[in-house]
This record gives sequence, C-alpha cells and structure tokens, in this order.
Amino acid sequence: MIDFEYVRASDVADAVRQSAASTGAKFIAGGTNLIDLMKEDVEKPRRLIDISRLPLKQVEETAEGGVKIGALVPNSDLAYHSLIERRYPVLASAILAGASAQLRNMASIGGNLLQRTRCYYFYDAATPCNKREPGSGCPAIEGLNRMHAILGASEHCIATHPSDMCVALAILEARVHVAGPDGERVIPFPDFHRLPGDMPQTDTNLQPHEIVTAVEIPPQGFAKNYTYLKIRDRLSYAFALVSVAAGLEIEDGTIKEARFALGGVAHKPWRNRAAEDLLRGQAANAGNFQQAADILLREAKGYSHNRFKIDLARRTIVRALTQAARGTPQIQSDKKVR
Amino acid sequence: MARSPGESLPAQGKLPVVLTINGKRAQLGVAPWTTLLDALRDHLDLTGTKKGCDHGQCGACTVLLNGRRINSCLTFAVMQDGAEITTVEGLAANGSLHPVQQAFIDHDAFQCGYCTSGQICSAVGLISEGRAKSAAEIRELMSGNICRCGAYPNIVAAIQQAMGKP
Repeated sequence: MIDFEYVRASDVADAVRQSAASTGAKFIAGGTNLIDLMKEDVEKPRRLIDISRLPLKQVEETAEGGVKIGALVPNSDLAYHSLIERRYPVLASAILAGASAQLRNMASIGGNLLQRTRCYYFYDAATPCNKREPGSGCPAIEGLNRMHAILGASEHCIATHPSDMCVALAILEARVHVAGPDGERVIPFPDFHRLPGDMPQTDTNLQPHEIVTAVEIPPQGFAKNYTYLKIRDRLSYAFALVSVAAGLEIEDGTIKEARFALGGVAHKPWRNRAAEDLLRGQAANAGNFQQAADILLREAKGYSHNRFKIDLARRTIVRALTQAARGTPQIQSDKKVR
Repeated sequence: MARSPGESLPAQGKLPVVLTINGKRAQLGVAPWTTLLDALRDHLDLTGTKKGCDHGQCGACTVLLNGRRINSCLTFAVMQDGAEITTVEGLAANGSLHPVQQAFIDHDAFQCGYCTSGQICSAVGLISEGRAKSAAEIRELMSGNICRCGAYPNIVAAIQQAMGKP
C-alpha cells in the first residue's frame, strides 16, 4: 500500500471541496472494497477523505410514498429495516444475498453502488487491464472469463458489476442523489452505471468530486410478487454467475406490470424494456416467461469459459419470474432453488 | 471521545487514536494505513484476533465494533477513533468463559483453532443481531467465517447451545 494522507470531512460540501482541492483523492466510508483494492495496489489514492461520520444515515419516507436512504446507511441496517422488509422485500433479499454479515455491517449503501468489478485481471496488478490501466489490454477476452459479461461488453472490457443490491434497485427504479462542485443533482438508476465501451476505466456517470448522498426509491415495491434469485459457484458468500431480481403485479392471473433485471452478466444491472413490455397483459406462465427471457438474451454473446451463462440466465429468468408469480420468493438461507 | 467531524488532524505521520478495547481505554499513534487488525496485534499485543487472508474473505479477524461484528482487516484504526472494540480477549467476565466460548469447548467446535477467535466473536455478534432462528440461518449468517479444518457441524451445534436452542 502506498503512502497516503488521511483527512476527515466535516460535511458534504467540505468533502466535495477537499476532493476538488487535491489530486488523487478518494472518499472512504465503509472501506470494505477500497481498502482491499489498496492492499492489492489497484487503488492508489494520495489522500483519503473520510466521510464515514457525515450525517447521511437516515432511512425516511418521502412525500410521494417512497423511501429515501442515506448513502452511509450500512447494508445490514437497510436489509433489516422494517420499512424495507415490509415494502421492498426484493431489496432486503438482494442485500442479504451478497457478501457476509461482517461486510454488510461495514459496507455503506453509497459504497455498494460504487464497488468495482471482481474481474481476476482487474485485481491482479501484474496483468494488463483496460479498466485499471487504460490502453494496456484485456486479457479476460481470451483468458479466464467464467464470471464475465455476456451482454453489453466491448472489445476493451468484459467485466461485470458485482453488486446484488443494485440489481434490485434497478427494478425498483431508484434515483441516486449526488452532490458535487456544481451543486446537487438526481441521476435515474439506468444512467448511474455505464457500459464499458472504449472507457472501461469509468464505471459510473458520476462527475469528478461528486459524492453520493442518498438513494431514493419510488412507492412501487412489488411486496407481494417478487424474488431475488442468485446462482453462484458456492452456496453462500460468492459473487453471482447470474442473478435475477423480479417484481410482478398480477390481477386475476394477468400480468399488469413486470420488471426484471439481471446481475452478473454485464457492466451494470441489465434490464430490457421490450422483454418486460411483452409480459404486460399476458398470463403469468412459463411459456411467456421463456419468451421474455429470449428477448432479453437475443444479443447475448459468450466467451470461451462463460457460454454456459446464456442458458443459465434463460433458466434463471424463467425460474425467478415463476417464483415471483407464485409468491414464493427465494429464501437466502434456503439453498434449494424451488 | 470521538473527534468531531472535520476537526483538523496533526501533520501526517503518526495519528493519535483513542480506542476503548475490552472496556479499557487505549491511546496510540498509528500510521494512516494501519488497519484496526494490525493496531490490535502489533500495537496493543492483543494477538487473539488472527490475521488470515487480510482481505475480508476468511473472518479470522472478526471483532465487535460498537457491538457489531466486522472484519478488522478492512478498516483503518484511525477511522475508528473513539470506538469501542471487543476482541476475543474481552469476552470472558469475572473469571468465567462467555457462553459461546464454553459452548465451543462443549461441542469440540475447532481443530487447529486458527479461525476460532473469529468464529466466536462472529457468533457473539450473530446472537446479538437476533436474526438466526434455525440451523440453516446460522450457517448462512456465519458464512463470513471460514474453517479449513471443517468443524462446521460442531460450530453450528455450539452456537445453537449458546442461543439456548435445542
């Protein structure tokens, strides 16, 4: 780990100011991802701005009937918050599907949004990686790519976003509140993370020195018909090969509203509006779910070690939508997929 | 006492940190990059907390921070200025083992012992969180603690005993 300077921010404006006044500064909150990457010499901040003491730890109801979550709420506190358990159980379930109890106690909501890929080459500073060192190449494309993207990748990067929570936030159509040198703004969830394109070093559309202050969720929570189904190499405490967050609104056997997003398959949580539109007004049955899955996966492209993920994703989508329709969500401590 | 947010810190080098560890106040000077784990082991001679992977994957370094279980390898000591830490050395009280410690002995819940202090601190955190009701939930919520000897069935049994579950 390289030498760095440590400072604390007194408020959000001070954090932004301190960041703008220095080169190579990083904000630190829970630190679970950043400190790990610093130990691997992947992240080398010259200065750490500690924002962990800022008052961004509330979970509050909004005027429109949704909920606003402070960026520094620990992952575990959000997963077990009664409002979230009751109204947004898909979010609680997705959070509990990720990491370990210790990490969830430390990691912040804002940090979860900003965690970096777990691509083996990104993590190994001895290998080239366009995300870590732009222009150096992407060994994953021809190399070990079992966990890599099948959708939205580029010739420069096939990394995936590792978050479970973000997959649920995608179907809940969350909005990310940020503050920066030019004031505050709100970013719709689909515009927060970006695809790698020819700039894989940039994970999000945050501008320099901007800081995430809150995540807001609209009222629609799919509390009755939802699931978070995560498929991985190990039954617990592992990143997803494929995961699906699903939320349905069903009336008299007919789908009124359908949303589903995939994790572990792209540089950001992956939704496809055409696939969701197809389900609206249809019966909630496996045939229709299969068709929706086919639409979402139409452009999927596999690499040498991850082609299996295309079929796995298709089956996981159908199973997840079936679980959601039946009202029998995946229980994260139950290792059987039913 | 915790410093107020933004209070200026002295020139970098050794940063002053006050921690309450196992009920005792400790004052130390650390480099910014000293993890809480290294501060405990190398500055305070509390070597009960183990360094396994040093990347938050094995759980051997688990301690209680303000009552919540965390990986002490993934936080800097300076960030925890003012915090209360409980390590495995602080669990026994008045000469009696903590019920979780006694349960680990009763159920032979270890072999080499390297992961054990992390397992025990994690189990104490798990019980105070109150979320695990079944063996399956104990297994899931203890998944951040790896035991390469494979003492898992006995660890689950020990935790069930400490929780007062049949």
